[in-house]
Order: sequence, then structure tokens, then C-alpha cells
Amino acid sequence: MEFNLIQIVPELYQLLLIVALFCQSLGDGSDTPPAERWLPFFAAFGVFVNIVSFNAQGLIFGGAYKLDALSQFFKLAIAAGFYVAVLNASRQPSLEERKRPDYFMFLALSAWGLMLLSSAVELITIYLALEISSYSLYAVIPLRSVNGKGVPGAAEAAIKYILFGAVATGLALYGFSYILASQHTSYIAELALRSWTWSGQPMAVVGLSLFLGGLFFKLALFPFHFWCPDAYQGASNETAGFVATLPKLGAVVVLVRLAVLLKPGLEITTLLAVLGACSMTFGNLCALAQKDIKRLLGFSSVAHAGYIMVGLVSGTAMGLAAAVFYALAYVAMNLLCFWVVSRVASDGRNLQLDDLNGLYKRSPGLAFALGVGAFALVGLPPTMGFMGKFFLIASAWDHGYNWLVITLVVNSAIAIYYYLGLVRHAYTHEAGEDVPTPDNSAFSLFGAGILAAVVLVLGMVPGRVFDFAILAGKQLLP
Amino acid sequence: MEFGYPVLTTLIVFPLLAAAGLFLIKSPQVARVYTMGASILELILAIPLFTFKHIADWQFVERAAWVPQWGLEYHLAVDGISYLMVMLTIAILPLCVMCSWTYISKRVKEFHFCLLFMTAACVGVFAALDLVLFYVFWEAMLIPMYLLIAVWGGDQRRYASLKFFLFTLAGSTLLLAAIVAFRITGGTFSIPELMQTNFSFNFQFWAFLAMALAFAIKVPMFPFHTWLPAAHVQAPSAGSVILAAVLLKMGTYGFLRFCLPLTPAASEYFAPLMIAISIASILYGGAIALGQEDIKKLVAYSSVGHMGFVTLGIFLFNQRGVEGALFQMLNHGIITGALFMMIGTVYERSHSRLIKDNMGMGKYLPAFMFFWGLYALASLGFPGTNGFVGEILVFVGAFQKSPYIGALLVPGALLGAAYMFRVTLKMAWGQPSSAKTWPDLNTREWAYLLIPALFVFYIGLAPKLFFDVIDPSVEKLVSDLKSRAKVEQVVAAQPAPVAVAAAVVPVAHAADSPAQPVNN
Repeated sequence: MEFNLIQIVPELYQLLLIVALFCQSLGDGSDTPPAERWLPFFAAFGVFVNIVSFNAQGLIFGGAYKLDALSQFFKLAIAAGFYVAVLNASRQPSLEERKRPDYFMFLALSAWGLMLLSSAVELITIYLALEISSYSLYAVIPLRSVNGKGVPGAAEAAIKYILFGAVATGLALYGFSYILASQHTSYIAELALRSWTWSGQPMAVVGLSLFLGGLFFKLALFPFHFWCPDAYQGASNETAGFVATLPKLGAVVVLVRLAVLLKPGLEITTLLAVLGACSMTFGNLCALAQKDIKRLLGFSSVAHAGYIMVGLVSGTAMGLAAAVFYALAYVAMNLLCFWVVSRVASDGRNLQLDDLNGLYKRSPGLAFALGVGAFALVGLPPTMGFMGKFFLIASAWDHGYNWLVITLVVNSAIAIYYYLGLVRHAYTHEAGEDVPTPDNSAFSLFGAGILAAVVLVLGMVPGRVFDFAILAGKQLLP
Repeated sequence: MEFGYPVLTTLIVFPLLAAAGLFLIKSPQVARVYTMGASILELILAIPLFTFKHIADWQFVERAAWVPQWGLEYHLAVDGISYLMVMLTIAILPLCVMCSWTYISKRVKEFHFCLLFMTAACVGVFAALDLVLFYVFWEAMLIPMYLLIAVWGGDQRRYASLKFFLFTLAGSTLLLAAIVAFRITGGTFSIPELMQTNFSFNFQFWAFLAMALAFAIKVPMFPFHTWLPAAHVQAPSAGSVILAAVLLKMGTYGFLRFCLPLTPAASEYFAPLMIAISIASILYGGAIALGQEDIKKLVAYSSVGHMGFVTLGIFLFNQRGVEGALFQMLNHGIITGALFMMIGTVYERSHSRLIKDNMGMGKYLPAFMFFWGLYALASLGFPGTNGFVGEILVFVGAFQKSPYIGALLVPGALLGAAYMFRVTLKMAWGQPSSAKTWPDLNTREWAYLLIPALFVFYIGLAPKLFFDVIDPSVEKLVSDLKSRAKVEQVVAAQPAPVAVAAAVVPVAHAADSPAQPVNN
């Protein structure tokens, strides 16, 4: 197909932002407006750019880069998520002024990698895009300081993240070599035509399992999740808000593309289902015992990674659509929760559950938003979390993995306790001595209100958005 | 829309709008008056419901696509089974506002927000005819109830609210799985259409269990009742009233609306078990109530017993039994709601719920004791009151089914009289502690106690109108059940294809499921 620059305007625009931030980071910052001042407007325009190029189609760069409904849908979601993350980080108390351009550059770079990832349909391209998005996060996590000094916990988190990331990518690359050696191609479209049974192609199955490991690391799926709570806890609230949300979109989009290989009944599909079940059970059980809110949300994201697997293993267009929708719901709910966490911890501390005590008095708006976020994560109607979970269950039932569906349902029941803990502390406990003063500015409440509205409205009338998800799913698995 | 507006939707949406409007109000007193006004307006909006025709069909039907990709519909309607529950829900709201007028002094706005939200969700539960829509309302009502207990409750509110939430939500997660299974096997989420579908016995078996767990927790049936006393005791008056009058009915309503019509054969199969559990609830609830020192706890345990009568009536599968169950649902809502309001009234005077702190009021608060005595008599089923009508119908149904079941009910009814007389005698003629200084009922309290009293006598003395409303639907329910359960038994005798059982045996079943999976 004829290559046309118009097709990749969103990526180019994001690259432009990165270059601008890079240029700014070269100076000492005295001549230019601070990055957190101008970037939100440009990031908002990025969302608009993505809306405009929503209908782009094409297979370019030698068949390695595909623009279709799925990729454009995710790019839009990533751009929107990036906008929220930038807004969220713009008032970061634990980030020095002179490091801000660099910080935002890395965020933008990571989002750019994720955009590339959502279009990549060739394993090497996927690998490169994955690395672009990961490397920038390695640099972002340790950027946390209190009173001008770095926080050791953040450095520890970064080291953990890098080490786990390195091992995971090593595995992925090793697995890729197996796939290439046995199937003689790295294009997903061609791989889909090959056999993926254990008896026919054991080498390829091993290879694919290892390659998926790299993605599971991003998604924080059991057993690649160990970095997740530690990294969230060590990183600043705003950084954790980014790490917890957007990279999952990237991982899900690749998994959705690879799902064409994963027919129900194949060994590898069953492996995915088992990992999903382990992930949700392990994540939920661990989260029960957490006191640190970011750790709690970390384990909760391990559990949610498991939920997404339910849609992927069903092997139907509806299942993929449900996974896509749930990933979107997950990002929206977590952005909301992290938004509240970041605003409540206005001094940049790590919030403990007790720090939420009496939040309804100190900031009724944020407490309400937190309630919406927590109930959405539980999966209570009328929120997006419920609809997402409902779609997952409905699509996966009767496709060979009913035990997984039952596991999901039972897990939702386990998860109630700790999500309810957030609401309980915010609403029924009285504030103690040393609680942080929440940010009650219009900016903070408006952001929380918009995100809460998204979670609620898409929970009540999910039809339109789900149409796009179905479009994406149908084209992969007609 | 013969009334110019969609009646049921309005009844759901109006409280939500009113609740949103509360945020514009600053003063607590204005918030109370505003909510009172809104609840009366809600009653006025419900006037078209009085044109309800006495037939078994769905009425006030509203149907629109909601999420067409999954076949979800926005489908509301009422029949004889749900009609009275909708009415009860709407009628309880102004009483709740009145009885918390002085009882609730902190965070008044939020409190009324929860009440209004709750009403909307409850009407939705009783009117929804789409399984998912039903589930949405069913779960949505948990959050305000949780907050009512957790924020405005007594000393142990955190424990009680958490227990309430965990019990109910844990039960209903399996309900969701059952709902999805119905869709995959039956091809639709629409309840009326599913009622026409015959499912294999194996499917019914599992679907019944999944649904019955959710409903049994909600009712609550012994042994899932432990959340109820905690929640009732800790909840504020209005919370207890809604809990007793409306929430508990959702469980029994679920049995009537889902278990019996959708899984007739399994209902028949499990009926002996359900009957046994119901009788256990009646006897156990009554016996425990007899030993309580806390008035609120006593009434809470009496609820377990009364709801046992309801579930018993349902699973007798005869006309009288189901009629009795419906009457008992309505009556329990009125009587127990009123009793909880009275406990709130006396609590505002004595600041204690213990019997020993509330004794000897006969002389000093005659009006209060009159109402208490009336509701206590109604609660134990004294002839002339509404409680009698419900209980006698269940008795008749039980004796029709088997004299042994009937015989087991007799001690249950006796226990009811025993615990109610015990507490009433002490409250009226015990040694007064500080009752001498308390004022008798004021006008507001008269108002909210008089309204249920009228219904106690009206249903007790002239229940014909209510029979007319429920009978066509009950007849249809019972005859459908009888005919379909028979058909099912023929089918069940043959090797039936497995559907829900797949939950246990996950592999190699997809090919032979009875209906084509519809979501590909």
C-alpha cells in the first residue's frame, strides 16, 4: 500500500512533542515556559489529532505496521490517557523543577512507544516498540525527591523494574528466536496460518510462551508481577499513575493481535487461562493484606491483568472486544483512583489507608470520586467496571473455559473487601493527627469529576464505545 | 405511554434527579423539607399505577434497546407480583424521611441522597424485566444501603456494614454467572421470553443453586441470616425500615420471579429442602427472638421468622401458599417497618434500645404504647390485622401440602406470640426507669405511625382488593409451574445435554450444548 505521512500523524505529533521537550531539557529552563504549563494544552491537542485520524487504514513499512480500527482505537485511548497523566503530573510535589522537561519527555516517549506498539504486527517491531516504552519508564521511576534529595525507595523500585524488565525482555527475545526458527516468519498474519499445537510445533509453542512473557511483564500478570507493587510503592504517586495504566493498554493490544494464534483448546491458550486464574487469585489475596494504597492498587492490577485473560482465551471476536473494553475500563478506573491518590497526597507522600480517614469531611468531592473508582474496580453497576466484567463473562461462557469464568466471579467476591476498605476509610473513619491536606482546588475536583463521569457514563451507556471494540475484534477474528 | 410520561422510568429517574438537586441545598432543614416534598411528588407521579388492570399480563411496559451488541434491553413492566412491591417502596420513602427528621442530625443532605438513590434502585429491581438491568439495580442499591449503615449507624456500624456488604455481594456474584448462563443457553436476557424456554434439568439444577444462594442471603434464610441482626441493630431507623420493608423482599421476589418460572423442575426438586430451611428459619428466628434483650435485635430476628413464612409459602407451590407469601411480604414490610420506626421514636427518648431501659411506658406514653401494641399484635398475626391474612394463607397452603408441614408451623406462630407479648408487656407495664419524663408522640410521629396503622386494618379487614391485584398473576405462576415442571420431568428422564454443569466439567461440552451459543 502507498505510504502516506498523513496516515501516521498521531505518531508524528507525539514525536514532535518529544523533540520539543528534549530541546527544552537542554536549556536551564529560565527562558522557556515550564513544561507543565504548556504541555497539557499540546497533549489535549494530541487527543484531537487522534480523533481526526481515527479512520486511518493501511499496512505500511513492509507490512510491519498496521493502521486499523484496533490500532487507532488504542492510539486514541493512549493519547487521552497521556493527557490525563500529564495533567496529573503537572502539580507533582516530589519532582524538582529542573527535571520536569526530562520527566515529561520520558512520559511522552513511553506513550509514543505504546502508540507504535498498538500498530505493530511483526514480532521485531513489537519488540522494539515494547522496549521504547519500557526504557523511558526505567528512567522515570527513580525521579522522586523530597526536599531536594532523592528517595532511596524510588531508586530501589527503579532497580527492580529494570532488572525484571531486562529478564523479561531477554526471555522474549529468546522466545522470538525459537518462533523464527520453527515458523520461519515473524509476521503475525503469517504466523496465524501455522500450527500452534504442542504435538506439531513444540518449539514454536515454547517460543511463543517466552515471547508472551515479555508482554506479561508489562501487564504484570502472574508470575511476572513481582515488580508491580514494589515499583508502584517506590515511584511517586503521579509516576505510578502512569506506570499502572497506559503500558497495560500496550500489552493488551499486542495480546489481542496475538490472540488470533490462541485458539481455545490449544496448550498455550490453556496456559494463558491458568496464568489468568493464578493472577487474579494471587493478586486479590495479596491485596487483602495491604496497608499502602499504591501497593494495594498494584496487587489489584495484577488481579485485573488476570481478568483480561478471560476475554483473550475465548477465541471469539466478542471475547477480544470484551478484553479491549475491559482494558479501557481498567485504565479509566485506575486513572481515577490515582488522580484522587495524587491529589490527596498533596505533599507527595505514600498514602496509607489510614491517611484516607475522614476524607469525606476534608474533601467530599475527592472522597466521592474515590468511591466511584473503588466501586468500579469491584465491578459494581452502574460503572464501567461492571459492564467490562459483564462483557468478559458473557463472551467467555461456553467457550471451554467456564472454570475460568467461575474463578473470575469468585475473585470479584474476594476483591470486595479491600476495595471497600478505601471507601470505608474515606467515609466511616474519623481523621487522625497526621493526615495530608487534600488539594481542593477547582483543577483537582474538575479532573476527578470528569474521570468519575467517564467511568459512570460508560458504565450506563457503553454501546457506542463497545461498537468500536467490536469493530476491532471482528477484523481480527471474523 | 397513555399517561403522557413513562410511569416506571419516571419513578426511577425522578428520585435520582431529586437526589442530585440536594447538592444545591445548604441548610439541613431545607434538605429535609425538600426530600419530603420530593417523596410526596414521587407518590403523585405514581398515581397512574392505580389504573393497574387485574389481569396476569405485564403492564406499564417500557422497552428500548440498551446495549444492542449483547441484546441488553431497557425493559420495565409490572405484574401482580411486583406491583405491590413497587407501591410499598414508594410509600415507605416519605415515612423514612419523617422518621429521621430529628433522628439524623449529621450530614443530613447525604443521608437523604442515599434514601432517594435507594428508592430509585429498589423500584428498578422490582420493575426490571431484563436480567442484566435487574442485576444493575440489584447491585446499585447496595452502595447507598452500605453508606446508610456505615455512616449513620450505631457504635458497631463498621462491622455491621461490612458484613452486610460482603454477604450480599458475595451471594450475588454467582447470580451474575447464572444470568450469563441463561443468556448463552436461552439466547436472551429478557425474563418474559426466558419464561417460555424449557431448560434441561441439569442446567436448571445449577442455575437454581446459583440464584437461590443470592436470594437466600438477601431474604435472609437460615443459615445465611447472620448479617441481618447486625445490620438492623446498627442501621439508623430509616435504614432499618428500608432494609426490612424493601430489601428483604427482593430476595423472596427473586424466588418468585426467577427461580419458579425459569427453573421450574429444579424448584420442584429443591422444594423439600427449601421448605425445611424455611421452617428452620421460622423456628430458629422465633426462638432466638425470645431471648433478646435488645428490642431492635428482637424485631430483627422476628424478621427472620416472618420471612421464613414467605419462603415457605413460595415453595408450597399452591395458590394459597403463594398468595400468603405475597401478603406476608407486603405485611411484613408494613408491620416491621412500623416497628422499626417505633424503636427509633423511643430511642430518641431513652437513647437505648434495651428492653430494660424502655419499660413502663403504658402510663406515660399511651399513644406510643397503643401503636406498639397494635403493630405487635399485627406482627404475631392477630385476627383483624393484616398479619393474620398472610399467616392464615400460608397455614392453609401448608396444610394443603402436608399436615406435617402445617403442624411444624404451629410452634412457629406460637413463638411469634410469645416474644412479642414478652417485650410488649415489659414495655407497657414494667418498672419505669426514666419513662416518666418523656413526652408522648408529637404530630410528626403520629403521622408516620398512623399511616401504616391504616393499612394494618385495611388489609386485615378487607383484603379483597389486594387479592384481586395478585390473584391473576399468582394463578398463572402456579399453573405454569405445574405444567412446565411436568414437561421437564419427561425431558429430565432422558439423557439431557449439559449446559451449566460445564462449570464443573469444563472440557468437551461446547459441541453438544442445547441451544446455539449466540454471541459469536
